[in-house]
Amino acid sequence: MAEKVGVYVCHCGSNIAGKVDVEEVAKWAGERLKDVTVSRDYKFMCSSLGQKLIEDDIRNEGLTRVVVAACSPHLHEKTFRRACSNAGLNSYLLDMTNIREHCSWVHRDVAAATVKAKSLVSAAVERVKFQEPLEPTFVDVNPATLVVGGGIAGLQATLELADAGYHVYLVERSPSIGGHMAQFDKTFPTLDCSACILTPKMSEAGQHENVTLLTYSEIESVKGSVGNFQVKVRRKARRVDYDLCTGCGICVEKCPRKVVDTEFEAGLGTRKAIYTPFPQAVPRVPVIDADSCIWFQRQKCRACEKLCPTNAIRFDQEDDTLDLNVGNIILATGWKPFDCRNIPQYGYGRLANVYTSLEFERLCNAAGPTNGKIVMRDGKTEPKSVAIIHCVGSRDVNHNEYCSAICCMASLKFGHLVLEKTKADVYSFYIDMRTNQKGYEEFYQRLLEEGMHFVRGKVSEITDAARQPDEQGKLIIQCEDTLVGRQRRIPVDMVVLMGALEPQADAKELGLKCGISCSMQGFFTERHPKLDPVATMTDGVFVAGACQGAKDIPASVAQGAAAAARVQGMITKGKVMIEPVVAKIHEEACSGCRICNTMCPYNAIEFDADKNVSRILTALCKGCGTCVSACPAQVITGAHFNNQQIFAEIEGVLWDTADKQNALVSAT
Amino acid sequence: MKYAYYPGCSLESGSAAYDVSVRSVMESLGFQLDEVDDWNCCGATEYFTQHELVALSVIARNLALVDKQYEQLVAPCAACFLNLKKTDKLMAEDRSLRDHVNEALGAGGLSYKPGTVRVRHLLEVLYSDVGETALRQRTKRSLAGLRIAPYYGCQVVRPLNGLDNTEYPMKMDELFTWLGAEVVDYPVKAHCCGGHMTQISESQAFELIRRLLQSAQDYKADVIVCICPMCQLNLDAYQSRVNSEFNQNFRLPVLFLTQLVGIALGLDWKKLGIGKEIVSAEPILREKLEQASAATAG
Repeated sequence: MAEKVGVYVCHCGSNIAGKVDVEEVAKWAGERLKDVTVSRDYKFMCSSLGQKLIEDDIRNEGLTRVVVAACSPHLHEKTFRRACSNAGLNSYLLDMTNIREHCSWVHRDVAAATVKAKSLVSAAVERVKFQEPLEPTFVDVNPATLVVGGGIAGLQATLELADAGYHVYLVERSPSIGGHMAQFDKTFPTLDCSACILTPKMSEAGQHENVTLLTYSEIESVKGSVGNFQVKVRRKARRVDYDLCTGCGICVEKCPRKVVDTEFEAGLGTRKAIYTPFPQAVPRVPVIDADSCIWFQRQKCRACEKLCPTNAIRFDQEDDTLDLNVGNIILATGWKPFDCRNIPQYGYGRLANVYTSLEFERLCNAAGPTNGKIVMRDGKTEPKSVAIIHCVGSRDVNHNEYCSAICCMASLKFGHLVLEKTKADVYSFYIDMRTNQKGYEEFYQRLLEEGMHFVRGKVSEITDAARQPDEQGKLIIQCEDTLVGRQRRIPVDMVVLMGALEPQADAKELGLKCGISCSMQGFFTERHPKLDPVATMTDGVFVAGACQGAKDIPASVAQGAAAAARVQGMITKGKVMIEPVVAKIHEEACSGCRICNTMCPYNAIEFDADKNVSRILTALCKGCGTCVSACPAQVITGAHFNNQQIFAEIEGVLWDTADKQNALVSAT
Repeated sequence: MKYAYYPGCSLESGSAAYDVSVRSVMESLGFQLDEVDDWNCCGATEYFTQHELVALSVIARNLALVDKQYEQLVAPCAACFLNLKKTDKLMAEDRSLRDHVNEALGAGGLSYKPGTVRVRHLLEVLYSDVGETALRQRTKRSLAGLRIAPYYGCQVVRPLNGLDNTEYPMKMDELFTWLGAEVVDYPVKAHCCGGHMTQISESQAFELIRRLLQSAQDYKADVIVCICPMCQLNLDAYQSRVNSEFNQNFRLPVLFLTQLVGIALGLDWKKLGIGKEIVSAEPILREKLEQASAATAG
């Protein structure tokens, strides 16, 4: 029996109709394409009226197949599938073809775009006739959640979920949670003390009955899919027994080995070989750094072991792995600072009194290496003038083209702190001042009134080569002042480089493990930049904070909470739908060669040794089709993408060549 | 390893010390330099501003003259290097320009297909082709004790050359540490020497030269090393004028890269053109290098 196909061509306002003659496409499909019973065009097919058109036709005309020519299936396939099933048609008997992103948005010539739209509709009509009814399956969602990264975004997500009554595994690679925010002194624009607002959240996470804290740990592998992920976590050897240690700190106090702390103190302060990064660290259990510990270097000392009141020191401890089962994953892995040495003309690493923004945070911090005194590298001289350089490695085609989002406000904050704590003049060298969140512009006005100097222009060089007597012994900022329209040289004592926020070096690697991708810049890609900013293209994997793009604390907190809300929704619903678009092996024809086993990127194929056949694990299969094309015996079919459907689609897209041939045949 | 060699006109006159030291150093390292037969002037910086197409054609003639048996052309002069490199690149990017240039070359029975000759600066050849291991092994007389200010000038660091960091080059700095010298990391090493401004506006040019000499002196350099004849000329020949103009007393010898490399390789100073410079280098070289060898001997 022939199928009855309904074709629905959407105008999408003028988005499609502006470049494609949609009425002509619909008319043509109704007249020329075989088995098309109904063909309509409509202003907005996704509207409830548009959907009703389809539903009514299914009921009244007895349609057995539906083709919608509109936008990307990413946007509205679900909408039209629902319309089909509302009218009693299996939703997999719908095919959606994209004549917007793939056609009207990318072509200028209306006539040619209309021909292309016809080809796409023809392909869909041919294909849909061979589509088969499929039924989705449902799996339970494991209510436990994995949060990766213990900075402010990850902490927020963790606490939201834990307070809602769900278990969270919080994995953090450094010895303590807290992230970059723990390093800061004040937070803009309200200037509240960073530690005062952060540490309560840290200790809450540390003590929460629903939180398992896994610090000094990293994600080794992720398997499974939404609802049921299996995660392997590598716990790095702390060399301190986590359960026995009381965090008394005697070991740290007595450790004779002091080294420069390049992490928490950004190279300005020191720590011991056994250490917690900072006094309020959570957990309070220290770690031994084997690279600096005297015992590991020279087999001497063991002072910490002798003095530990609970015998918690374990020099022989090694890394171990832990298996977790979770239903959802939130990645909140944050950012890393741009290496300011990559702009050598700014002199970082060469000119002593050029600082990075993280160094300067530590310098301002009351708990930092100078107890919050702003002094130069000699440790005692207060600067008489300070220059703050914006956009170091940001908005720069040679490094990162994006704006790092926080530097303008952080510069203003630094300016305020310098003016408050010293008598120094402060100069800000900016390209554009970007203060566009609540309370930010007001803060900028405040600094203008406080007397911070603003010079608009990109700094070309920071040098100690003096030309004038007043430049002797100073750092000279050479810059074009674009408001005055001339070159300026401003001698200062101290320079702060506001380095860019960059993606973590291993973001791509972690993304691969979790099945999500990164943008060109290396930040995790969200499902939709505006309407779905914390979900990703992989169900059950969410992103929050600066790992998705440079952002400040308020925005990171908002995303952490948003990701937690999305996960809660999944848990409350209890079940997730698994797409029936999966591969199937015809076991009777399978030779057991196992080629497909290793090809599967999702480890979704198991081998049954007794029967000598391979078998697809439906819950893990994503329907990518790799095994289908790899099978030498061609006994694997991909549901919804079988050969018959694909070939019909190709024939459909070539309708005009077929027409020409027919024309030639009839002419001879 | 053999290269086609393009000395350029400066190396035949004012910068003869560069030419003779390049030839001596490369020969002693076992690298063959064969001078391009019948080469012509590269047009320096001026010709481009007069008539770009003619300037490019004049330069392209040199590329066309490179015999098929050479894949690489070495130019020790920074300006010649930049012009040759730029011409090759522009011809590769612009088909119509390539056709125009080849039409001009055709009148003399020549043609040039961009990309057939790889244009190299001498610094690149020493840094990459000879390399650290060979230079360290071949060092007979360490430059230890000598404080060297490497001066790159403005031409070799242009972005299109891809030779080194455009803002803060380091290759010459590294190279001299291999030879044992104390390299002075002074901030003006890629700033302008004034170029031909000495002929147009002396006061402007002298100020630029003064800045370079001042910075090198502030960083306690014994000697400035150049890879460009123009830079060497300005810093050396105008040093006394700068002194009287600004009431200074700079006495900084200005040598070419290969002159000091040659000393490190143990070559005869005469074969390196030492002594051709105006501010004599010999006293400080003898003092510092002999002190150092006495110290190691003692």
